[in-house]
Amino acid sequence: MPDLLIELFSEEIPARMQAKAREDLKKMVTDGLVEAGLTYASAGAFSTPRRLTLTIDGLTAESRALREERKGPRADAPAAAIDGFLRATGLTLDQLERREDKKGGVTLFAVVEKPGRKAAQIVAEVLDATIRTFPWPKSMRWGAGALRWVRPLHSILCLLIDEAGATVVPLTVDGIEAANTTAGHRFLAPARFAVTSFDDYVVKLKRAHVVLDAAEREAAIWQGAQNLAFAAGLEVVEDRALLTEVAGLVEWPVPLMGRIAEDFLHLPPEVLQTSMREHQKFFSVRNPRSGRIEGFITVANTETADHGATILKGNQKVLSARLSDARFFWENDLRVAKAGMTEWLGGLKSVTFHNKLGSQADRIDRIAALAEHIAHLVDADPALAAQAARVAKADLRSAMVGEFPELQGLMGMYYARAAGLPEPVALAARDHYAPLGPSDTVPTDPVSIAVALADKIDTLTGFWAIDEKPTGSKDPFALRRAALGVIRLVLGNGSRVNLRGTFATGLTQTRGDNFVEIYARPFAFDFEPNDLELYRRSLRTKDGWIDFSAAEKILHNFQGYSSYGSAPEDQIEQLRKSIVSGSPELTNDLLSFFHDRLKVYLKDQGIRHDLIDACLAMAGNDDLTLLVKRAEALAAFLKTEDGPNLLAGFKRANTILTQAEQKDGVEYSYGADIKFAETAEERDLFHKLDLAEATIAPAVAREDFNEAMWAMAALRAPIDAFFEAVQINTDNPVIRRNRLNLLHRIRAICSGVADLTRIEG
Amino acid sequence: MTATAPNPPRSFQEIILRLQSYWAAQGCAILQPYDMEVGAGTFHPATTLRSLGTKPWAAAYVQPSRRPTDGRYGENPNRLQHYYQYQVIIKPSPPNLQDLYLGSLRAIGLDPALHDIRFVEDDWESPTLGAWGLGWEIWCDGMEVSQFTYFQQVGGHDCRPVSGELTYGLERLAMYVLGIDHVMNMPFNDPQAPIALTYGDIFRQTEEEYSRHNFDGASTEMLLRHFEDAEAECQRLLDFAPEDPKSGKRIIMAHPAYDQCIKASHLFNLLDARGVISVTERQAYIGRVRALAKKCADAFRLTEAGRDAEVTA
Repeated sequence: MPDLLIELFSEEIPARMQAKAREDLKKMVTDGLVEAGLTYASAGAFSTPRRLTLTIDGLTAESRALREERKGPRADAPAAAIDGFLRATGLTLDQLERREDKKGGVTLFAVVEKPGRKAAQIVAEVLDATIRTFPWPKSMRWGAGALRWVRPLHSILCLLIDEAGATVVPLTVDGIEAANTTAGHRFLAPARFAVTSFDDYVVKLKRAHVVLDAAEREAAIWQGAQNLAFAAGLEVVEDRALLTEVAGLVEWPVPLMGRIAEDFLHLPPEVLQTSMREHQKFFSVRNPRSGRIEGFITVANTETADHGATILKGNQKVLSARLSDARFFWENDLRVAKAGMTEWLGGLKSVTFHNKLGSQADRIDRIAALAEHIAHLVDADPALAAQAARVAKADLRSAMVGEFPELQGLMGMYYARAAGLPEPVALAARDHYAPLGPSDTVPTDPVSIAVALADKIDTLTGFWAIDEKPTGSKDPFALRRAALGVIRLVLGNGSRVNLRGTFATGLTQTRGDNFVEIYARPFAFDFEPNDLELYRRSLRTKDGWIDFSAAEKILHNFQGYSSYGSAPEDQIEQLRKSIVSGSPELTNDLLSFFHDRLKVYLKDQGIRHDLIDACLAMAGNDDLTLLVKRAEALAAFLKTEDGPNLLAGFKRANTILTQAEQKDGVEYSYGADIKFAETAEERDLFHKLDLAEATIAPAVAREDFNEAMWAMAALRAPIDAFFEAVQINTDNPVIRRNRLNLLHRIRAICSGVADLTRIEG
Repeated sequence: MTATAPNPPRSFQEIILRLQSYWAAQGCAILQPYDMEVGAGTFHPATTLRSLGTKPWAAAYVQPSRRPTDGRYGENPNRLQHYYQYQVIIKPSPPNLQDLYLGSLRAIGLDPALHDIRFVEDDWESPTLGAWGLGWEIWCDGMEVSQFTYFQQVGGHDCRPVSGELTYGLERLAMYVLGIDHVMNMPFNDPQAPIALTYGDIFRQTEEEYSRHNFDGASTEMLLRHFEDAEAECQRLLDFAPEDPKSGKRIIMAHPAYDQCIKASHLFNLLDARGVISVTERQAYIGRVRALAKKCADAFRLTEAGRDAEVTA
C-alpha cells in the first residue's frame, strides 16, 4: 500500500484563498483516484503562502481489473443494428461472443476486459487534470505559457512511496516536470532539497523554516502573541479572522510587539483596532487596567540578526503615519460634530441612495417620519426617535467613515455624543443598522428599536415601491436580511407593531420619492445641484404629500427642454394612480414576503411551517409577536397527548360537515339544539362545548392562547365519545341536521384559536 | 551584522541611479520619461502599448507622474501632486522575476536578511486603460514599497505572452530607505555636496503653485474644450487609411493617437481636481478615455511593433 505526496509550489497565494484551495486539492485528487478505481486509507491537505500540499496514506498500488459485458442484438438482426453495436463498442464482429438464449436464438455479447492500471499512471492523469481545471476564484497566465494558476506555478513534487522507497510519478504540466524536490523559506533557507516521505518532508521543511500546517502556525502566532503581551502585563484582543489571515501570509511566523505612541491613545479603541487590522494586519493589545488599546502585535515572516528590531521600528513608523491620518480625521470630524453636523447632513443631499428613490437625505426624511410613527408602538419618545433618525446616518459623510466604512454607526455614536445629543440618540446612531446577521445582537433601547425598524422598513418599502424584489438567489439589496432584522427586532423585544399600517406609511413615502425622482431625473443634467433640489422640493406640498398639479405644470413647461428627453408620461400616470388609490396590494405582497421569512426563521426555532399557516389565517396576522405567541401555544398543545387526538376529532368533524354541506348545498351553521340530542354522549358534548366557548373567546381576546388551547383540549374526550356513540348521517333528517349543526359548533369554536385545517398529519 | 547594507544610499537620486544600473545589468533598456503629463508610469507607451503583441520587451524608466487631486501645497509629509515612479516592464515575464525584484531591493539597501519583505495580494486594475492584472503589493516592514503585476489584459486585449510589471513609488520608498519623515526634508543629491539640495528645495514651490492651479486656477472651460479636442483628434488620427501616399509605406498613427488619449486622461484628472465632475459624470468620462485607449490598442496591434509574430512550426 503506497503513500502519495503532492506539493504544488508557486509564488505567493492570496491568504484568503488558501483554506478552500487545500480542500479543493484534496477533493479533486481523491475523487479522481477513486473514480479511476483506486482506494485509499486517509488524506490530509495543507497550505502555506507558497505551496499546496496533499498527503494520501494507504493508496492501492493498482486499480482492479474490470470486466465489462454488454448485451447486443440477436445474431440474425438486421445488419444496420449489428453495425451500430460494433460502432458503439469499438469491436469487430469476430471479437463478439455468441450465446444461445432460452428461445434457441443466438445473441451477440461484447466483453471488454479492462486490465488493472498502475497507481502512478492514474495519479499522473488525475493530478494533471486537477491542475488544469483547478477552481481558483481568480487565476492568471504568466510568461509565454498557457497554463492558468493563481500565481505562477514553479514546481510540482509528486511521489509514490512504498517499502522499496520513493518514486517520482512521471508527469509534466505545461513544461513543469514533477520531481522529488521542494524549496524552503524564501529568505531563510531558499535552497531546494529532496524528500522521501511525508514525514521527511514535514521535518525538512521545518528545518528550512517552513511550518507546513496553517493550524500550527495559528497556534504559534497566538501563543507567541499572548506571551509577549503577558510579559508586559497586557492582553491580546482576540481576532479569529485576522489570525487565519496572518497565518496565510507567513511560513515562519515571528510575532513582535510594539507600543502605540501616547498621542494616539485618546482615539476611540475601535478606530485604533480597525486601522491596525485593516491597514497593517496588526493584533490589538489592551491594557487590562485602563481598558485602553495601548500596543500592537505584528507577525513577521522571518528571523533577523537584530531579533526583529529593524522590522519593529519600520512597522512602528508606518503605524504612526496611519494613526496620524486617523487622528486628523477624528479631530476634524469632532469639529463638524460639535457644530451640529449640519455640514454632513447637507452633504447627504448629494449622495444618491438609489436613482429611483432619491438621495440619502430623502431617505433620512422618510426614516424620521417612520421612526416617529413606530415610536408610538414601541414605547419610545417620538420626538427623540425622529431626532435620532435625522442624525443616525450623518457619520456617512465623516472622514473617518469615509476611510473605514465598517465603523459606520459606531462613529455616529461618538459624534452624536460630541454634539451633545441625548444618549438614546447616540445609541440609536450606533445600533440602528442592527441586527445585521442571524447572530448579531438586537437593540433593546426603545429609541434604537424605533430607528432600526424604520431604517429596515424604509429599505423594504422602497424597493417594493420600485419593484426590485428579491428573486431566487438574487437579493442585491439584502432585502431578506432586512426583513429578518425586522422580525428579530419585533420578536426579540416583544414589540407590538402592526406591520400593515407601518408598511402603508412607508410605501406612501417611498412611492412619493420615486415619483419625484422620475420627474426630476431627466433634468438632472441640466440643473445645478441646488436648483435641482429646489425643483424636487417644489413637487411636494408642505406636509410632504405630492403636489400633482405642480408636477404637471413643471412637466409642461419643460417639455422638450431637457437635453436628455422628458419624463415618461405613461409611467408617471400609472404611478400617480397607484399612489392616489393607496394600492393595498403592495402592502399585502410585502406582508406575505414577511410571512415567508417568518416561516424560515421559526423553522430554525423548531416551529413547523404548517403551524404558522394555521395562525396566519387568523386576524392580526401582521402583528408578529401575537402571531408567534399563538404559534408557540399551538406547537406546545400539539406536543401534549390530547393535542393530536383533538386535531383528529376536529378534522373528522370538519370532513363530515364539509362533505354534507357540499352534498346538501347548505351551510350547517344554524344553532344545534340539545333537545334533539339522543344519547348521553351527545348531551355531554353540548355542555362541554358551552364550557369551552365560554373560556376560549375571552382567553383569545386576552391573548392567553395557552388557556384557550387548554380549554380546547378538554373537548377531546367528549368529541371522541360522541363519534363513538352516534352516527351523524342517520335516517332521521331532523336528528341529522342537528348533529351537523353540532359539528359546526366544534369547527367554529376550534377555529377561534387557529385554522386547524391547515395543520398537516 | 549590524549595517543595513554594505553601502547605504545617501540621497533620493542615488536610489534612482542604483535602480537604473541594477535593471540595466539585468538587461533592460533604460528609457527616459515620456514627455507628456501622465498619472502613472503605466501610461508610458513603453508599458501600455508594448505589453501588447508577441515581441519580447524589457524596459525600465523613471516616470514623473501627476495626480492633481493629491496636491497638498507641499505640506503633507508624503502626498504630492507630482511625484516619481520607477517602472520595469518585461515581456514575457521571466520565471525569476520575484528574485530579480528582491535583488533590486538589496541594491538600494533593503536587505531581506534584516527586513520583513512580504508579497500581499493586490490585484491591479486601470479602468481608464481597460487593463487588469494579478499580483501583489510588496510590503517592507509593513510599508508598501512596490506594486508587482502580471498583466492579463491591456486596452481590452489579452496579453499573450504576459508582461511582468514592477512599479516603485520612489519618494515613499526613498523616505523609508533614508529614514526621512517629511518628503520635503529628503536629500535630493548628496548631502555632502557643495550645493546640497533637498526635495523641498526643488519641489516645495512647484507643489504650492500646482496645488493652487489644480484646485482653483485651471480654466475648466478650457479643460473641457481640450478634452473634447483630444478625444476627437485621437479618433481622427485613427481614421486615416493605413497607406501613406507620401512615403508609400503603411503607417498607422497609433502612437500619435495614443498621445491624445493620454492628454484626455490628464485633462479629466484636472477637471476632477477642479471639482466640476459629478459622481454620475465621472463614470461617463472614464468610459470615454477607456474607449480611446482601446482604439489605440486595436490600432497598435496592427502595427509592426504590436503584431503577433508569425508562428513557425
